[in-house]
Amino acid sequence: MATAAERKKLFGHAENNYLNCTKGIRSWIFTLDHKRIGVMYLVGVTLALLLAGVFALILRLNLWTNTSELLTDAQYNQMFTLHGAVMVFAFIIPSIPAALGNFVLPMMLGAKDVAFPRLNLCSFYLWILGTGFLLWAIISGKGLDTGWTFYTPYSIQTDTGVIYATFGAFILGFSSIFTGLNFLVTVNTMRIPGQGWFKMPLFLWGLYATAIIQVLATPVLGITLLLLIAEKAMHIGIFDPKYGGDPVLFQHFFWFYSHPAVYIMILPGMGVISELIAVYSRKKVFGYSFIAFSSVAIALLGFLVWGHHMFTSGQSIVVTLIFSAITFTVAIPSAVKVFNWLATMYKGSIALTTPMCYALSFIFLFGIGGLTGLFLGALSTDIHLHDTYFVVAHFHFVMVGGTLTAVFGGVYHWWPKMFGRMYNDNLGRLSCFLVFMGFNLTFFPQFVMGARGMPRRYASYDPEFTIFHQWSTAGAMVLGIGIVLGFGVLVYAAFKGPKVAGNPFGAASLEWQSSSPPDFHNFIHQPILHDPYDFESMIYDEELDTYVPKEFMEPDKQPATEPEPQTH
Amino acid sequence: MAVVEPEHEAHDDHHDHGEFIAHHFESAEQQFDSGKLGIWLFLVTEVLFFSGLFVAYTLYRVLHPEIFDQAHVFLDKYLGFANTLVLLFSSLTMAVAVRYAQLGKNQHVVWYVLGTMVCASAFLGVKAIEYTHKWDQGIMVRSYFDYHAGHHEASMPLARALGVSDYLIWISIVPVLLLVGFALFAVFAKLTEKANAAFFSACMAIAIGGYFIGALAGHFYMELTDGGIGGRSEKAAALMAYEDETHSDHEHTDKPADHHDESAAEQQKETSEIAPYEGPQNDEFDQDIGIFFSIYYCMTGLHAIHIIAGIGFLAWILWRSILGHWRSDYFGPCDYVGLYWHLVDLIWIYLFPLLYLID
Amino acid sequence: MSHDHDGGFAHPAPPKLLITVFIALVLLTILTLAMSSIDLGLMGAFGFWIAMSIASFKAALVLLFFMHMYWDKPFNVLVFLSSSLFVILFIGLTLMDSSHYKNSVDEYPRQPDPPALSP
Repeated sequence: MATAAERKKLFGHAENNYLNCTKGIRSWIFTLDHKRIGVMYLVGVTLALLLAGVFALILRLNLWTNTSELLTDAQYNQMFTLHGAVMVFAFIIPSIPAALGNFVLPMMLGAKDVAFPRLNLCSFYLWILGTGFLLWAIISGKGLDTGWTFYTPYSIQTDTGVIYATFGAFILGFSSIFTGLNFLVTVNTMRIPGQGWFKMPLFLWGLYATAIIQVLATPVLGITLLLLIAEKAMHIGIFDPKYGGDPVLFQHFFWFYSHPAVYIMILPGMGVISELIAVYSRKKVFGYSFIAFSSVAIALLGFLVWGHHMFTSGQSIVVTLIFSAITFTVAIPSAVKVFNWLATMYKGSIALTTPMCYALSFIFLFGIGGLTGLFLGALSTDIHLHDTYFVVAHFHFVMVGGTLTAVFGGVYHWWPKMFGRMYNDNLGRLSCFLVFMGFNLTFFPQFVMGARGMPRRYASYDPEFTIFHQWSTAGAMVLGIGIVLGFGVLVYAAFKGPKVAGNPFGAASLEWQSSSPPDFHNFIHQPILHDPYDFESMIYDEELDTYVPKEFMEPDKQPATEPEPQTH
Repeated sequence: MAVVEPEHEAHDDHHDHGEFIAHHFESAEQQFDSGKLGIWLFLVTEVLFFSGLFVAYTLYRVLHPEIFDQAHVFLDKYLGFANTLVLLFSSLTMAVAVRYAQLGKNQHVVWYVLGTMVCASAFLGVKAIEYTHKWDQGIMVRSYFDYHAGHHEASMPLARALGVSDYLIWISIVPVLLLVGFALFAVFAKLTEKANAAFFSACMAIAIGGYFIGALAGHFYMELTDGGIGGRSEKAAALMAYEDETHSDHEHTDKPADHHDESAAEQQKETSEIAPYEGPQNDEFDQDIGIFFSIYYCMTGLHAIHIIAGIGFLAWILWRSILGHWRSDYFGPCDYVGLYWHLVDLIWIYLFPLLYLID
Repeated sequence: MSHDHDGGFAHPAPPKLLITVFIALVLLTILTLAMSSIDLGLMGAFGFWIAMSIASFKAALVLLFFMHMYWDKPFNVLVFLSSSLFVILFIGLTLMDSSHYKNSVDEYPRQPDPPALSP
């Protein structure tokens, strides 16, 4: 039990917090605080998203007419390559784990920081360095036109800045490895006493599964890119057929990393959604252990399906069949998640706040993205659909419709925790609506034209596809407006929004048992462990207008006996 | 690194935090366990980092065993064997150093870590001899592979005076500079009465001296065995004799005397056209033999980079041992670097039979 | 979290054990070298696998005793050994495929004469 004044100190809006406990630029660039690193990462990946988004809009504008009037063909190649490379390596992969995960993961464990704070900071600076190398390919005027996959032999022959870009991706790989390694260790050794594996929020299971992939797969990307650099610089004859090398081997190397990396992109998003659905349905999550284990299952199955990117590359029939068959099994854990989310919502007390709107968009869009993946995993249809806009639409439904909406949902969900201020919910919902409509308008026509044979990566196209491309371009503009509005609402809220206390949404995981924004040490008191989805354990405190753990409320408002809260 | 943290009130009385327990850990054991899991995970990433090269190796060996048959004879298995022993011994000294760190006997740790570093440098010295010997004979990666047997006259006066390869002089510049730098700094620190720094620098100079021990030993082995032929089978000698013949003909007719003229080489590169490849033929020198050496250089080169990084980490451990940091409840960094060092040894345990002992 | 400050988590390895392991490693290395020097005829086909088995045995010795795996937490052992599983997976699946297109790689027109590298 605690007095109202104590509750205000522990769970209220904090004027002294991690954001202003030290001042000056040095206190940010040398910080070891996971929350500040998370915020810096969030700023960084947002800038990367906006930059790559501008590339996307230029691409779409160019495709308004079928004759490619805006860009030359070479410029078009560079534009889609940079769009893909920046989006994948600099935005999607670090977005949820490194930005949101950094902020939330230690707090969900009741810990003061990640296990290796210096490594964490190092990861952030590697991200800056790696992104810098990627961008150097543009600034130096050389560009990059290989596609984000750097396939040999073309990447060895082109004069564009392949070495800069691959070196950048190599460094970004290490940034990702360090984040993953840090999270694995933190989850293993730094859980608050009493928090077993099955008392962790599902977001942590998602991050844990992601981290497994980051640690196991990303080093292979490292060696692949090093060999590619060596091949380009010295012709070592491993990937270059002119010197007896095997270009398909490059694809094996690349996809051994990059297919699991696709799950690096989506698994944390699924974790975020698991949190949002439970909190905004105010209902214990349905099938906790199924959702938890399906994350790990997706991570491990992800290592067995890389060959489905290579069905038309000359791969042998036997291997193709094996990869195709295993690809279908990935659908099982993915569907398990979707059904569990729906079952969680069933008879829940659903609040259609901005994060929940994004979460619902996620389920819808990920559903389409995942199911169209089955078409591509089937051999016969893949031969027809390979390298068409159908593929483009498929992975955008998963990565943008899935991950980007999860990023937005998660950022909206934890924004009051990060900055202690509330956003305008109506404008947030409007942004969600624009993103959802714009997204569908952009990518749904791409399924149609892909199925009709429009190949991807072409600057000009047959006039019969004009109408689809124009829908798509119009949709991209709406999507762009939605994204800018979404961030605008948040940025405005961070500075001018009304102040909120620690737990405005009544969530039960540990990170909400702190003031908003949190203290430098995360928790002023030792947080009290409940089941992360036991929403009865949090009781509404009218004075603070927020939810506090039942142990801290007056006896008449709570049923059970309570231990003395540990404060100091 | 300047770390800016706010003053933590109630920090020193809160937990019994030792000198080296970071603020976010509850106990020395939690910190140690975290570090230990962290380093094991890091080793996992290292294994997978190398795995790409093992895949490339396996693939080419399975698809083109003839290339491996022809190529491996250029590697001197006795030098490889010697290097294996050096690395195994360094692993032993490292394991003993970790033992003493666990017991808190810092002075012992200093000596055993120093022993490990000397071995590491000696390994690199032998490797330098192996590499430069091959470069002299034109045994390069695939596109630069241009084998010519026999003794190669050095062009640098210093190299000629010492009777070594030009390449060896070039790659020895860094160790020479480091040796001289540390030795000078040791003297300087001694004069300014910085005992720890002087001792550390002297140790570093000795550690880097290992490079010259290795290089000298390798050099004399090469001299004694006339280019290290001792490791080769008769088949190899025959193959090489054959290659000498054909290659010298080739050189006299196709390429004029200015074989080393860069501009000529470039010109040749530009004018050359892509010719159809006749396919690999048995019992003849295959041009794809260079792929073996591409893989060889990638594998051993990456391994050597890890050795160099390891020397850096060991230097850090050495410095902290000199400062007497290790206690029975705080020896983590020494243990972690030890694990890293053993992994480098572990990879070599596989590289040695895979590269040097192909039959 | 209960623990004693006497460092209950340190497991110093006995020096005798370490030296024994080292001697075993050296002997095994000599054995591998000798195997490759003496042509045993029959061993030819299995030579590679025998050499790899010996290397793996050596690796196991290093892991168990030099790297303290023998005393380590089972989870750490699992973590490290899982890496070999993924390496085998990587090698295995790639290898299953590569012989299929070997000919197209072999028959690809080559760059004829390597540019000479001047020393």
